[in-house]
Amino acid sequence: MTPLLALNVPARLVHLSPVDIVIVVFYFVLVLSIGWYLKGRANTGEDFFMAGREMTAWVAGLSFLSANLGALELMGWAGSAYQYGILATHWYWIGAIPAMLFLALVMMPFYYISKTHSVPGYLKLRFGEPSRALSAVSFAFMTVLMSGVNMFAMAKVMQIVLGWDINFSIWVSSLTVAIYVTLGGLRSAIFNEVLQFFLIWAGALLIPILGLYEAGGWTNLKLQIAHRASEQYVHLWSGLGSFTTNPMGIHWTGIVFGLGAIISMGYWTTDFLVVQRILAAKDIRSAEMAPIIGAGFKMMVPFIVILPGLLGLAVLPEKLVPESVAAITGGHSYNDVLPLMLARYCGPGLLGLGVTALIAGFMSGMAGNVSAFTTVWTYDIYRPLINSKGSDHHYVNMGRWTTIVGVLISVGTAYLVMQFASIMDYVQALFSFFIAPLFGTVVLGMLWKRATGWGGFLGLLCGTLSSIGMWAWVKFDPSALRYVALSPHAKALAQDMYQALWSFLVCVVVTVAVSLATEPMSDTALKGLVYGLTDVPSVGDVPLYQKPLFWAAIVTVVFIALNIVFW
Amino acid sequence: MISIWFFIGISLAVNGALILAAGIYELIYPPMNATVVLFNLHAGVWWGAVLLLIGLLYCFKFAPGKSA
Repeated sequence: MTPLLALNVPARLVHLSPVDIVIVVFYFVLVLSIGWYLKGRANTGEDFFMAGREMTAWVAGLSFLSANLGALELMGWAGSAYQYGILATHWYWIGAIPAMLFLALVMMPFYYISKTHSVPGYLKLRFGEPSRALSAVSFAFMTVLMSGVNMFAMAKVMQIVLGWDINFSIWVSSLTVAIYVTLGGLRSAIFNEVLQFFLIWAGALLIPILGLYEAGGWTNLKLQIAHRASEQYVHLWSGLGSFTTNPMGIHWTGIVFGLGAIISMGYWTTDFLVVQRILAAKDIRSAEMAPIIGAGFKMMVPFIVILPGLLGLAVLPEKLVPESVAAITGGHSYNDVLPLMLARYCGPGLLGLGVTALIAGFMSGMAGNVSAFTTVWTYDIYRPLINSKGSDHHYVNMGRWTTIVGVLISVGTAYLVMQFASIMDYVQALFSFFIAPLFGTVVLGMLWKRATGWGGFLGLLCGTLSSIGMWAWVKFDPSALRYVALSPHAKALAQDMYQALWSFLVCVVVTVAVSLATEPMSDTALKGLVYGLTDVPSVGDVPLYQKPLFWAAIVTVVFIALNIVFW
Repeated sequence: MISIWFFIGISLAVNGALILAAGIYELIYPPMNATVVLFNLHAGVWWGAVLLLIGLLYCFKFAPGKSA
């Protein structure tokens, strides 16, 4: 999901003053203090892996959003906004909001009442052990590898922005994460994610405020962007009628069906990294409200991510270039736009807060990866496949050790990427292979009672293999893009959209075909797992303004209005 | 158990105080060559004050021992 790839420009963008350094150090002290304080509250499996299932809707919702709001995400999408204009907003609106609401209202009741510890755990209940094993093993390894890739990329960012040594950045951040997650488990990770949410807004909100002031308001900003780039840079939908009339080289069908219907659904409803936060909610109403709260704030994130990229187009004196060009010319790349805007408006203190927001974003993202890896390893791989007779205390200890091992594997991956930069591209591609087919398997499992164990397993396997096949086809024969993405003009992001769409369809077709050819599962075995055979619990007798459906309707209205306003 | 909102209050209050102090210092002793655009708006002063205020409100409302 992160467009920030290679970073090869050895330049230093900002200089920290003593007060900035105090702010950064204070952040590290605070997160370690929170971990230390919570260490006494992570003694049972439910405490360590599920945060005691006692999070309120607000804590679970902000944590759910924060787990995705990493530093590379912020800098990468700000860079994408500079490169592609307001089109990048699709990844925050149609590429997130419908999926979050679908998770809240349709899927969450099943995750919650099945009392599963993880998404692979749900697959075990619905389709059996093979589906869980395939999903758990792929998720565990991809998550910890992604964590290492992000760690290296962030250390590189710190080198570019602050001039910090890469080894220093890797070890200080990873040891801090290892300490506070090992001590406090998921609760510690969630607390720090909520803290990070506030720091990101506190550190980044000034850029659009001061930027709009400098540009002379939104109307003047649009005129300046039209003058310096193109009028299509400020339109969400009007240029998507053709592959050639927008900066991204994508058609509206790719955005609606590839991104909105498949990729975002897959990511926000089945990626255990984010879903784990909702599973920690204290009751069904909180579990349904949490993604809706997350959706409400997600709609506002473009204000601190996309708008700075657009402002960079209008007010920065220099023209930013792609990474490959910047590496040769020594200039600044698209991905530098957020730190450049930070340095443009922020003096001593404010700069420290902005840098702290980036560090916090990276560390909480890593903590999210590590805590999800720990849970899946312990509950979905170690317990069913290696040692099923351990005590609860034994599994908590396994979780603590797995946290440390997970961090060390991440560090090892980071150093591997440092030696072989192309690994970064492969790992990020690998991660995307599993998302769309997994959504197909889970959603069919929840909505169609005729889906069988073999249908689910083979659908997931074939969908994943088809995704890998399409990626390899384009990799070795770039002209194949005209078939996979329906146009030779499609850019990398457009390819991802269509690859996800086809792999989802393969998964669904195979699941349906195999299910119809195999013996149906009994209704008794599916009770509590599938629509039509499950009494979906009510959120209780609460006033209208406390009902998830009411707030989902409000979010939907705002979402539609925003798309029309920026059409 | 100490509320997460109390920790957030501490974070915002401390950061706000440091930013406000740095902003006031620059207000009294302006740098010779200010490189920050819109330096005349003294964002550090008012933004630091806003963060400090919100942080103190959170600290007070969610202080340990208070049922919030």
